[in-house]
Amino acid sequence: MPAKLLVGLDGTGAGARALAHTKRLATLIGDCEIVVAYVIDWSPFTFQTPEENAQRHKRREEELKTAHERVVDPAVQELRDGGFAAEGIVRHGDVAETLDSLATEAGADQIVVGRASEGGIAKRIFGSSTSNLVMHASVPVTVVA
Amino acid sequence: MKQFERVFLAAAAMAATAGPSFAQDAMSLDQRVNDAFAASTGWFVNLIFAPFPGTSFPWIVLWLVIAATVFTFYFGFVQFRFFRHAIQLVKGDYSDPKDAGEVSHFQALATALSGTVGLGNIAGVAVAVGIGGPGATFWMILAGLMGMASKFTECTLGVKYRNEYDDGTVSGGPMYYITKGFKELGLPGGKILAVMFAVFCILGALGGGNMFQANQAHAQISGIVGDYPGWITGIVFAAVVFAVIVGGIKSIANVTEKVVPFMGILYVGAALIILLVNYDKIGWAFGQIFAGAFTGLGVAGGFVGALIQGFKRAAFSNEAGVGSAAIAHSAVRTKEPITEGFVSLLEPLIDTVVICTMTALVITISQQLIVDPETGLYVLNDAGTAVATVGDVSGVALTSAAFASGISWFPYVLAVAVVLFAFSTMISWSYYGLKSWTFLFGEGKTSELVFKVIFCVFIVIGAAASLGPVIDFSDAAIFAMAVVNIFALYFLMKLVREELNSYASRLKSGEIKKFAH
Repeated sequence: MPAKLLVGLDGTGAGARALAHTKRLATLIGDCEIVVAYVIDWSPFTFQTPEENAQRHKRREEELKTAHERVVDPAVQELRDGGFAAEGIVRHGDVAETLDSLATEAGADQIVVGRASEGGIAKRIFGSSTSNLVMHASVPVTVVA
Repeated sequence: MKQFERVFLAAAAMAATAGPSFAQDAMSLDQRVNDAFAASTGWFVNLIFAPFPGTSFPWIVLWLVIAATVFTFYFGFVQFRFFRHAIQLVKGDYSDPKDAGEVSHFQALATALSGTVGLGNIAGVAVAVGIGGPGATFWMILAGLMGMASKFTECTLGVKYRNEYDDGTVSGGPMYYITKGFKELGLPGGKILAVMFAVFCILGALGGGNMFQANQAHAQISGIVGDYPGWITGIVFAAVVFAVIVGGIKSIANVTEKVVPFMGILYVGAALIILLVNYDKIGWAFGQIFAGAFTGLGVAGGFVGALIQGFKRAAFSNEAGVGSAAIAHSAVRTKEPITEGFVSLLEPLIDTVVICTMTALVITISQQLIVDPETGLYVLNDAGTAVATVGDVSGVALTSAAFASGISWFPYVLAVAVVLFAFSTMISWSYYGLKSWTFLFGEGKTSELVFKVIFCVFIVIGAAASLGPVIDFSDAAIFAMAVVNIFALYFLMKLVREELNSYASRLKSGEIKKFAH
């Protein structure tokens, strides 16, 4: 059975570095599949106006499409061009939780993510998605600087 | 309507040519708006609140209570049997993570709640307790518990028969389920009923969803900063609402939608603090509520007076059977329409049984209602229409005074809460009204704009008119929706029972199961 790596992208430089590192790991492993994941930060427990609710389905489709077009599909294409077996997935949810459950669903051996790109007080208090993932992940996580 | 528009134009013209005698003119303008309003809506109010022949009991209240009772029995006390399941649904236990990003059960519930939790819970309850005494609370809670079944019925149908358009937007509500459901059952008259509902919904949106809110928001603000003409508040509110619903300035609505739940929690929290401080009187207050419920304790109309007020306020505050919530709930993403029905039955519980009861308890415990120390009965005011209060106040001012007796600075918080609640309710109802409007006149930018402008004009009228005529018209319009909606629900309820039976058996067999999160 081939090894499986899940790389979490965020559309920034940190994500790009994570992708580069994943490629390197995959080359070293040899028989390896890569899952490119992008999580749209979203919570089912927010408060919205009736109008927002009515348009939510449409917006969700647009968000998924944008994430695929701008981030995931180019990365998958790049990997395939480089000779790797790759697939892409976009999902809404809490970033850390969703990356972890995607990894579990896909049967990934490892998650690769970039280091939190932003600083700021809020991150110091509440922690970043990356540190949350590291603390709660069910598979090994590699954090790329 | 023409008459109102003329008055509004006059108000605008006056504002433009404001002279030294401005304030006096403005006060008399308020008076004129008020008189014109009362004169033009009186017949409608009388029709809706006509007593049941031979009694003093308004037939409409009976209509709502009978419906809630019928639904409660027809669905085998669904509000208790599926209560735990409703909570699990809201928590997301049964939501497929692959559907994340769609409207969740929680979001649909929260949106519907922000349309109903509002002045009905603060001002409306004060009106009920002010007229019907503490006993009204008992009937209000009972009506709230029964109303959960009405809400369940209409919201299930709302999701089942909503319209999903090609562009991915959804819209639903009684006008759609009446049309489609009647067609499915091969019954005639669905379209006519749907049109009637839509007309009343527009009136309800302009009344209870708009004028009552503007009116009480003004009462609250002027209670703090001193008396000033109502139309000023009206213009300010109208401008902000206009900016949101016409200008599409989402940030205002977004801020409100986030602050309102916080205010709701703060409100209940403050009520709990007052109850805790007066814990020794809680037993007494419940005694007053029970005794008042069956004897009236001297209020106008006696026990029937208490009962009518309680039922009326419950219906007005949680809108069960009215059909408005079905519009709000229909945006949820679910393969099982009935799940939204389960979730929606929490609405009357939170709205009426929890929040309204808090208000009623605080008013009772703070002893704002004057009791004759010798007889133990409540003293009526000079007109004999309501219980006399310490500061001779009613509506939101009574709630404010009651909270102030426990937490002196709370009226300021309450004023902010009232303004925000009023605002979020207006936004919700502008949407309900708009959906009915587009059902009647078709979708389209111009058609929508016409409604939105009318909606804003009514904010000004509502703020300028006095409480009596406004509250009468608001109640009447909203109850008129219930007349049509409940009539249709009797025909459609068997469709809901089919859904319920199918879902219940699949839930039992394990076909519908929780998702691991």
